[in-house]
Amino acid sequence: MMSSTRRHNLLGPAVLCLVLLMAPLFIPTYWTMILSEILIMGLMAISFNLLLGYTGLLSFGQGAFFGMGAYSAALMLQAGYQNLLLILLVGILAALLAALIVGFFSVRLDEIFFAMITLGFGMLFFSIAHNWLDVTGGSDGLPVFTLPSVKFFGSELTFYTPINMYYLVFTLVLVGIILLWLIVHSPFGLILTSLRENKQRVAFIGGNVKILRVVAFALSGAFTGLSGVLFCLFNNMATPEFMHWSFSAKPVIMSIIGGTGVFLGPLFGAAIFFVLEQVIIQFTENWMLFLGIVLVPIVLFFPQGVFGTLRNRFFKQGVK
Amino acid sequence: MEILLLNTLNGLSWGMLLFLISVGLTTVFGVMGVLNFAHGSLFMLGAYLCMQAMQYFDSFWFGLLVGPLCAVVIGVLVEKFLLKRVYDRDVSYQLLLTFAVLLILDDAVRMIWGSGYHVVEPPAILNGIMTIAGQDYPVYRFFLIIIGPLIGGLLWSFFHFTKWGKIIRAASFDNIMAEGVGINVPLIYTAVFALGTWLAALGGALAAPQQSLIPSMGEKIIIESFIVVVVGGMGSFPGAFVGALLLGLLESFGTVFAGRLQMAIPYILLAVILLIKPNGLFRKGV
Repeated sequence: MMSSTRRHNLLGPAVLCLVLLMAPLFIPTYWTMILSEILIMGLMAISFNLLLGYTGLLSFGQGAFFGMGAYSAALMLQAGYQNLLLILLVGILAALLAALIVGFFSVRLDEIFFAMITLGFGMLFFSIAHNWLDVTGGSDGLPVFTLPSVKFFGSELTFYTPINMYYLVFTLVLVGIILLWLIVHSPFGLILTSLRENKQRVAFIGGNVKILRVVAFALSGAFTGLSGVLFCLFNNMATPEFMHWSFSAKPVIMSIIGGTGVFLGPLFGAAIFFVLEQVIIQFTENWMLFLGIVLVPIVLFFPQGVFGTLRNRFFKQGVK
Repeated sequence: MEILLLNTLNGLSWGMLLFLISVGLTTVFGVMGVLNFAHGSLFMLGAYLCMQAMQYFDSFWFGLLVGPLCAVVIGVLVEKFLLKRVYDRDVSYQLLLTFAVLLILDDAVRMIWGSGYHVVEPPAILNGIMTIAGQDYPVYRFFLIIIGPLIGGLLWSFFHFTKWGKIIRAASFDNIMAEGVGINVPLIYTAVFALGTWLAALGGALAAPQQSLIPSMGEKIIIESFIVVVVGGMGSFPGAFVGALLLGLLESFGTVFAGRLQMAIPYILLAVILLIKPNGLFRKGV
């Protein structure tokens, strides 16, 4: 467990921020778009890891909340709402509400049962999105034709160019990650970690395990919803695939690749995931095969994820 | 009345296939404590290998025999070299590792046999229509309804009346104690995984004449067999039987009464059962 009294080293994150801020100036547009995707999915993975890494709950239905955010944004844009803040707010609230309901029913279960019930709820959302043609557009999804703009020092900022979209994504993901960092390092975050370690003891000392878990689940869902809104804007589309279990598996893969014991681990996992994908599809279309082949040694030989294991090896910063 | 009969028969034949797949999944979970994400891919592999064997020997029965056995070889390799290392690791690692196996198998099949549909003809003796209570019905589906309980009964007898069956049950009950009294538990684990693989692949081979073969056929069925296993009670043999029939019949009748919501039925069933009986229908509380 991370000591709360240790001074946090902010140099690494600051350098990372600077690199991300400058990156679009040096890399091709195509890679700027990949970087946007990495940031969005990284936010989703970090929100997911609030459950797996900190609370000890393996959710296999995060796609549902991602989709709630994406569909809310698509529906609002189709209805003509142009206010970015309003779209973000409604998307996050929709995801939060869905996560509260799913969480209320799911948190009484543990381990594999929790994974299964969240998978079931996620697929329930998927079936609804897939079949409620009048609202969700069925399997075709909902296209988005106009993007909201923002007034910035008196000038109008639009997000139709990949660069502008990147900076929008960067700003909002940064805000999301900072908020999540504050949550994780707050007394509440500490309680979540103790839930992971021993929930009976938390109950003995007067913690309401069920409410604490529901709150963690809802928070994770809300931030996942934020990433869903961003992805809808980035992708110009909300589709039922966002809610399918194979999409919900992505944050699981990213978190475990990166390392669930390190706060930014899942973000690095997302980066590894997408860079690997880009490299592999250069020479073969069987990217899944290679993803599988890469995942096997990571699961077997990197018990704390690539980032977590390397960090422990070179910096001797214990996370447990 | 006709609709009732037809849907019952459809539900039963689909339920029996689900049972064959789920019983392997639940046995592996009951003994080794691993929920195998790649189980559906082994089902799919069984179907493709059966098809391949049929092309060499031009006999469905030969394919049914050889296909699943070839899949067992792959299953044993997976257990020996991969699964073995994660038995005492967190459940998320087990799921992710078997998920990686799923990705590899699905894409490998796509590379070998292509991503298009393949069709397998049922053997001549089972190819046709028969009449049950005035209702025309494909013979092959009726064959599935009979073969399901047959294999289920054989398995149940194996677990309850043979020495090997008893050893496996002992190992699943308390593996440390089993090791203590001289049972070779790692060997049992490999054997059980081989059995689970064989059942999945047999299900795939039996499903081959009834549905078209595509590499993603395992991904759909794995979620449904998860649901069957959880609904029946994880590790429970009778649970898998009842759960599979329940899901098969619900899905079949769902086309009549649920309309577009039919797709959501398995997940609603899963959620309801987990909420009122978290351990499933046939598993006693922990």
